[in-house]
Amino acid sequence: MANLASEFLGIRSPNPFWLASAPPTDKEYNVVRAFRAGWGGVVWKTLGLDPHVVNVNGPRYGVVYGADRRVLGINNIELITDRPLEVNLREIKAVKRAWPDRAMVVSLMVPCDEDSWKTILPLVEDTGADGIELNFGCPHGMSERGMGAAVGQVPEYIEMVARWCKKHTRMPVIVKLTPNITDIRFPARAARAGGADAVSLINTVSSITSVNLDSFSPEPMIDGKGTHGGYCGPAVKPIALNMVAEIARDAETRGLPISGIGGVTTWRDAAEFMALGAGNVQVCTAAMTYGFGIIKELTAGLSLYLDDKGMALSDLVGRAVPNVTDWQYLNLNYVTKARIDQDSCIKCGRCYAACEDTSHQAIAMKPGRVFEVIDAECVACNLCVDVCPVEDCITMERLAPGTLDPRTGQVVGDGHADWTTHPNNPMSRAAE
Amino acid sequence: MSTPQTPGIVAGRLAPATIAENFADIHPLLDAHEARVAADRCYFCHDAPCVTACPTEIDIPLFIRQIQAGQPQAAARTIFDQNILGGMCARVCPTETLCEGACVREAAEGKPVEIGRLQRHATDTLMAAGGHPYARAEPTGKRVAVVGAGPAGLACAHRLAMHGHDVVVYEAREKPGGLDEYGIAAYKTPGGFAQDEVAWLLRIGGIEIRTGQAIGRDITLEGLRAEHDAVFLGMGLGGVNALRAEGEDRDGVRDAVDFIAELRQTDDLSVLPVGRHVVVIGGGMTAVDAAVQSKLLGAEHVAMVYRRGPGRLSASAHEIAHAQTAGVRVITNASPVAVHGNGAVREVEFAYTEDTPDGLRPTGQTFRLPADQVFKAIGQTLDGAPGDLEVDGGKIAVTGAGRTSVPGVWAGGDCTAGGEDLTVTAVAQGRDAAEDIHAALTA
Ligand SMILES: Cc1cc2nc3c(=O)[nH]c(=O)nc-3n(C[C@H](O)[C@H](O)[C@H](O)COP(=O)(O)OP(=O)(O)OC[C@H]3O[C@@H](n4cnc5c(N)ncnc54)[C@H](O)[C@@H]3O)c2cc1C
Ligand SMILES: Cc1cc2nc3c(=O)[nH]c(=O)nc-3n(C[C@H](O)[C@H](O)[C@H](O)COP(=O)(O)O)c2cc1C
Ligand code: SF4
Ligand code: SF4
Ligand code: SF4
Repeated sequence: MANLASEFLGIRSPNPFWLASAPPTDKEYNVVRAFRAGWGGVVWKTLGLDPHVVNVNGPRYGVVYGADRRVLGINNIELITDRPLEVNLREIKAVKRAWPDRAMVVSLMVPCDEDSWKTILPLVEDTGADGIELNFGCPHGMSERGMGAAVGQVPEYIEMVARWCKKHTRMPVIVKLTPNITDIRFPARAARAGGADAVSLINTVSSITSVNLDSFSPEPMIDGKGTHGGYCGPAVKPIALNMVAEIARDAETRGLPISGIGGVTTWRDAAEFMALGAGNVQVCTAAMTYGFGIIKELTAGLSLYLDDKGMALSDLVGRAVPNVTDWQYLNLNYVTKARIDQDSCIKCGRCYAACEDTSHQAIAMKPGRVFEVIDAECVACNLCVDVCPVEDCITMERLAPGTLDPRTGQVVGDGHADWTTHPNNPMSRAAE
Repeated sequence: MSTPQTPGIVAGRLAPATIAENFADIHPLLDAHEARVAADRCYFCHDAPCVTACPTEIDIPLFIRQIQAGQPQAAARTIFDQNILGGMCARVCPTETLCEGACVREAAEGKPVEIGRLQRHATDTLMAAGGHPYARAEPTGKRVAVVGAGPAGLACAHRLAMHGHDVVVYEAREKPGGLDEYGIAAYKTPGGFAQDEVAWLLRIGGIEIRTGQAIGRDITLEGLRAEHDAVFLGMGLGGVNALRAEGEDRDGVRDAVDFIAELRQTDDLSVLPVGRHVVVIGGGMTAVDAAVQSKLLGAEHVAMVYRRGPGRLSASAHEIAHAQTAGVRVITNASPVAVHGNGAVREVEFAYTEDTPDGLRPTGQTFRLPADQVFKAIGQTLDGAPGDLEVDGGKIAVTGAGRTSVPGVWAGGDCTAGGEDLTVTAVAQGRDAAEDIHAALTA
């Protein structure tokens, strides 16, 4: 069994799975249950200054389902903790004392003035917590009050607040980023400039999950009205992965520790975040959907994977980052063609419909429902592979250098050739 | 109280509650969630093989997608557009040899999309909502006679009425529905569905059903032709083949279809008598249904005996398995030679046979099965073609969409040559003949 012991900013935890700041980490009762189940750490539900906020008293979640009511995404209009500061601090202290081997990070969101931060930081430090996470991400409710995403969308504010925190506490500072911006690298750079020790991402994505077509209100509906919420769960993972990778490979933020969040549901998701540069991961929706018991699959799965690969946890972190590049550097001599394995084909015709109607008319439907790829038309877009219901029935096969690509009529070149040197590129750096 | 072991042909071999349970809906309605889960398995195939396999060519991927999208009523419209008896077909079609047999997921994993049950979910939802989804076109002033209120006649009548023609259906029996009412196994269509469906279908208007009117007895083809602009014959197969075994007229020997009709018309099945030792002769759907239902009524031993090899059974493998699960002993390669007994049947004697390139041959060995009730299910025949209609292989000869040899007379369903003898085939033929009649009348 691979050792999953993790160290993030010097904070130790028995495994790299933390519960993200959210309802699962809202109070002592939940967190103790989580630790008993085996979670490595928590980021406590975001604290604010008293008087504490209040939540709506109607539904706070909306949902997007896949087949069989499988939860693909949840959206919420919950705010930060709605309990008094003192109660939270007391519980944090008690839990940390009882569970010293687990990571205890406290999420914070207070108004954007130095005094507020100066007030709350010593109180948190006094609990014995291992670190703080600055919630600059919450897209609803708090941002209207000049907090949360309202700060996270302005790099200058991020830098300023991060600096105040570094000044007023010795605890490691993690800045939690909102995805509701156009380029994630700017807030990440600001966090680093302000001295933050790490970033965590993503917080939730601004969203309306559905509209009730009888009452004509967005869901979740509160007395006939709805508001945008924050979207999370498996549906947001691709957005989160990209943002993590952008920060991991940006020249200005490279090396900045990252805590990966967004749709982590199985060990595989966690491994993917870590391969793209996350030092650990945080989980919210999966725990809210299935309960704390999933930690056993997460830890056993990651450990088995590392064993199979003969890797240590630290070998995994960032392993895929060098392979994330810009489009212009992709090798145009990598020419592939779709190949259909007739033995596993079940003759559904989806590949045909997809290619014929929406791609390149590169699949022929022959008598007896035999589907065959026409190499002279196939641009290797991968759509047929994506829509085929049978795994590995359609694969992409590379044409060896020197063979003729019947589509272009050209011989596949040797070596690497990309857009930067392509004759059609007006800015081409003339290939010799 | 009788038990399965009580000798002779008696009623109440099982407790009424047990009988009621035995005859309960074999494939209960899927609820909305079950339907969504089942619907999610459909791949929305291109030029879907399931559609090709459906005699009425219902756009199956479309209706399943409509269920996925939360609109079973829209799905039902898609079904009814092609098959107005889609509700009955959802219950009685041998889907394992039709749509579901062709489903790509059957090929892939031996577990097809449950098309039949999804179809029922859609059609039941729309029918439960009341009303009728189709309106009639402007009246054309044309009158069409339909003979037989079975699936073929009803499908034809509905389509003609929709096109604005006035239809009179002449039906020999007391009730409309044909074999949906008098033939199909009771557990496939419980709760009086056949009559409910006919009533729902008639809501389109413009269709008058005259029961107790048999062609050849009360009316003639010539008379119908004189009074109507067109005639459609959908009278099914009224006759039955003879066993040609010695002693077949002994007491206790009867046609399976008659027994089934009686069963279907009996409200309280605990009063319906059945033998202790039942022997069913035949290898088709009727034989299976007679055997299974005898067993469900409490017969102690039921054997279904077919003269050819197992590969020649016309009942599907699924139906044979169903019979065997119900406790029916299925014997193949055995041909009846004599029915023994003193007044009433006591035993049936069979000769073992083998299939040879020159046909079926007795092996010379015989055996006897105890029997106090024998059901003959060796095929139905046309009870004489009305008028001078040309006949082909014992059935009414047709070309194209059901045109007979006589101008102005169409035919479809079991009484015609061509297609399998199934409810869904009868519906397709009735519908297509109606379109052809409509084209002829409005040309
Ligand atoms: C026991 C049994 C079980 C079956 N089970 C199934 C099943 O599970 N699934 C399936 O798909 N198919 C099944 N079938 C076959 C199916 O019932 C028939 O293929 C279908 O009913 C044929 O429809 P039709 O309209 O041609 O004939 P029918 O249903 O036979 O209807 C003919 C109608 O015409 C009337 N009629 C007859 N003679 C005259 C006359 N001279 N004048 C006026 N009216 C007349 C009859 O009373 C009847 O109402 C079964 C058949 C039997 C016998
Ligand atoms: C109901 C709910 C409440 C949340 N509250 C907070 C919060 O108080 N502070 C915070 O930083 N993030 C909050 N989040 C965001 C999560 O911590 C996490 O960033 C996000 O859900 C993405 O991860 P996931 O896909 O694993 O759920 C909340 C999420 C949910 C669903
Ligand atoms: S999960 Fe259900 S029962 Fe529990 S608080 Fe929410 S609404 Fe109430
Ligand atoms: S999508 Fe896949 S299974 Fe379906 S026809 Fe194409 S290759 Fe065959
Ligand atoms: S063959 Fe099966 S999967 Fe394909 S469309 Fe028909 S029901 Fe759906």
